[in-house]
Amino acid sequence: MKLKLANHTLLIIGAFIMIVPFIWMILTSLKTFSETMQVPPTILPEEFKFDNYLNVFASVDFLKYYMNTIFLTLGRTLVQLFLCSLAAFAFARMEFPGKNTIFILILSVLMVPMQVILIPNYGILTQLGWIDTFYALIVPGMFSAFGVFLLRQFFMGIPKELDEAATMDGCSFFGIYWRIILPNATPALIALGIFTILAAWNDFLWPLIMTSSEDMRVLSVGIAAFQGQYSTDYPLLMAGAVMSTIPMLIMFIFLQKHLVTGIALQGVRR
Amino acid sequence: MSTASVLKKSKSNAAVKNKRKKRFNREAFWAYLFILPTLLGLAVFYMFPAVASFLLSFTRWDGLTAPTYVGLENVITLFQDSSFIRAIVNTLIFTAVSVPLSAAFATVIAIMLNQKIKGMVFYRTLYFLPVVTMPVAVGMVWKWLYNTDYGLINYVLGIFNLPQPSWLFDPNIALFSVILVYVWMTVGNNVILILAGLQGVSKTYYEAAEIDGASKIRQFFSITLPLITPTLFFVFITGMISSLQVFDLIFIMIGDSTALLEPLRTVVYAVYEYGFEYSQMGIASAQAFLLFIAILAITIIQFVFQKKWVHYDG
Repeated sequence: MKLKLANHTLLIIGAFIMIVPFIWMILTSLKTFSETMQVPPTILPEEFKFDNYLNVFASVDFLKYYMNTIFLTLGRTLVQLFLCSLAAFAFARMEFPGKNTIFILILSVLMVPMQVILIPNYGILTQLGWIDTFYALIVPGMFSAFGVFLLRQFFMGIPKELDEAATMDGCSFFGIYWRIILPNATPALIALGIFTILAAWNDFLWPLIMTSSEDMRVLSVGIAAFQGQYSTDYPLLMAGAVMSTIPMLIMFIFLQKHLVTGIALQGVRR
Repeated sequence: MSTASVLKKSKSNAAVKNKRKKRFNREAFWAYLFILPTLLGLAVFYMFPAVASFLLSFTRWDGLTAPTYVGLENVITLFQDSSFIRAIVNTLIFTAVSVPLSAAFATVIAIMLNQKIKGMVFYRTLYFLPVVTMPVAVGMVWKWLYNTDYGLINYVLGIFNLPQPSWLFDPNIALFSVILVYVWMTVGNNVILILAGLQGVSKTYYEAAEIDGASKIRQFFSITLPLITPTLFFVFITGMISSLQVFDLIFIMIGDSTALLEPLRTVVYAVYEYGFEYSQMGIASAQAFLLFIAILAITIIQFVFQKKWVHYDG
């Protein structure tokens, strides 16, 4: 009993440290600029004002940043789920010459850090004329070695009898993939989907380098540029930060079970 | 057996073989078709660039005109450049401090959460929130929390008459201030991993220990810790790989202040500076490739040393 109480006390202190920055972010976003420049600082805003949120939209084209980020995230995620699952199906369920060699080749991509491929990619995208376009933001992110690996592991666990029966009934390979494997792999697909959505939404270095115009800006780059322009106007910056993070926080709270399973899967598998 | 029936049999055998071969060819055709888009994409945007980056390390290149071969000049320049050496040191300190700290906190939290405690999901949600938050936003909030005059942290410290350091603007502690933020950001992910590891530990070990009268602390060091070493190993490997590549947080923390460049610059920040601010892509490639080699080396060393502390026989 005593131990449980001590546990709860420590956990609450920890949870408090985790949540305070979020609370402070929201509280600051509701204050006026002059209020944040007071010593000592006020904890609660003198008056709850939502002006900062409107001002974010008035000072930059925040709506555009939002739409760009949504487009980038959906584009990368939907295509990646389709292409990765298709390749993973071939590796998990089909026989063909060179299977292991090709699989190892794909796995080798996992070792290469992002910034190593950054500079040559800048050259490639320049050659293609894709710099500062949606192609640059989305196309390279549609392919994922990690996704192929994760899904293949999961597909291997689906009973083989299911596709053997389907083959007997004259089902094509694509039919087996579409009607047997995909419906049986929803937990893995959702986990990969959440990973991809999070990575795409929060991505910073890639869009920072591959785009330059205001029209192509995504939220992460947008609020970073915002910091440069309004470096001391923290209420405005915090309003921008709140709006950029809220979609992911909401998604996480509703889908956390799947994300947790996905993360745990990776750790246990090794 | 008559010749006719042998002939007939071998004929039908050949037909089966042929059919099988046909099916196999058809299967291979479809398999290649399914793999092709991913393989092509990975080849163009990942495999080829990885090789190209190695080759570009030996060139001078502005990103527009054709690169010229300069041999090892880039690497030699980099190792004579004190600011790059400092970036390497910063990156190594960042990793060496943040990864064990995050793993240690996560282990304690995971063990507390593993006690069939009420509100498990509630705690887990709160601890995990920073992991899903945009790192750029995290950086901005903490910059504001750390603000010397108007920040919340120094205000609270002031109430208790504690020293109020200038977290980011004191060059001696700036890096450690950012490390704290990074630990705050990553601990939730490690909690989930370690919790999964803990749930794989069989209860019988503890029952036996209870009978032998082992204390809770003794149980932790003799049972729990050894049995979760495979998970901890995974936490360390993945943690190191990502912390060696830290960028977003550093970029926001530095912001416009040149005074913060020296104490906070990491290797990836240097890659960004050289490649995209000075247009010296050859040098930037060399930096990135050196980092790649360092990550590989550190990972291999960890795999070699795992025999000394990781127990797979649980």
